[in-house]
Amino acid sequence: MTQSSWLLFLAIGLGTYLLRCSFIYLFGRVDMSGWLQRALKYVPAAVLAALVFPALTHPAGVLDLSLGNARLLAGIAGALVAWRTRNVLLTILTGMGLVWLLQAL
Amino acid sequence: MKDVYQDVIAGARAMTPILLGVVPFAMVTGVAAVSVGLTPVEAVGMSAIVYAGAAQLAVLQLMGSGGIWIVMVLTAWIINLRFTMYSASLAPYLQKLSLRWKGLYAYILSDQAFAVSISRFNDDEPAHPQWFYFGAASSIRATWQVSTVAGVILSAQIPKSWGLDFAVPLTFMVLMFPALKDRPSVIAALVGGGVAVLAKGLPYNLGLVLAALMGIAAGLIAENIVNKKRTGS
Repeated sequence: MTQSSWLLFLAIGLGTYLLRCSFIYLFGRVDMSGWLQRALKYVPAAVLAALVFPALTHPAGVLDLSLGNARLLAGIAGALVAWRTRNVLLTILTGMGLVWLLQAL
Repeated sequence: MKDVYQDVIAGARAMTPILLGVVPFAMVTGVAAVSVGLTPVEAVGMSAIVYAGAAQLAVLQLMGSGGIWIVMVLTAWIINLRFTMYSASLAPYLQKLSLRWKGLYAYILSDQAFAVSISRFNDDEPAHPQWFYFGAASSIRATWQVSTVAGVILSAQIPKSWGLDFAVPLTFMVLMFPALKDRPSVIAALVGGGVAVLAKGLPYNLGLVLAALMGIAAGLIAENIVNKKRTGS
């Protein structure tokens, strides 16, 4: 993994750096087209939900919507805390705490 | 020179309350990196090279479930596309800088540095907005790096059976809710999340890229419908 993970970080990092530089360097020369700017607005909502949902529904790689799925139940509780408090630490404590509790039962 | 210094301090000070939220986020990233099998040096190096929490966590989640590198790179780039928006909004304030400084300022750009700086610039523009930005962006950049190291050190003490990888989606939830500002973004999230669940079985985690693109498209379509209703046509 070692050598390839550095290459992976470089590929991601270089692309990300170019995105960061983009308009700081291109200012006044390129106008950001309207539809692209509108599409970018929905990237966080779409991508983050796409990362969160399967982590709850597929805890071991297969779909599990039963009450025996601790991550689904704890995740829903964690989502409520995240929604109300926007607090990373509280959300992690709630979610992880509930997973451990449900697994211990 | 004195007022330059003052603007840097003002930027760093405006960032302090936000730093409290960044510390656990960066620590989770450090812990997650070690838990998917990266060495401590790789874990810290990733934060130094990529410096984008959500993208880093997404890549780590993909590594844990055996994703291939092209999907990891694409996912990270899609998540980081938002930086072009920040770059465009900050650019007018950074035009007095030399090429080299612009390069450094781009490297330390983050969601929080953008948000804090732009809200201040719109409200009451400092004498040297570029220095205010530097104070804000560099303080969070440094906090991110130090907290990642702390997470890496901490993770050595945590047994794998605790399943701390679940802290990653929990962290994403906190990032997700502020992004649900209006009905189209809620629809983007529901479609993105729903497609990701249905397409989970696709090889190489390609379902994630598909879900992201469909979610974004759904948001745009919903926005068009809302706009049409508003204009009454």
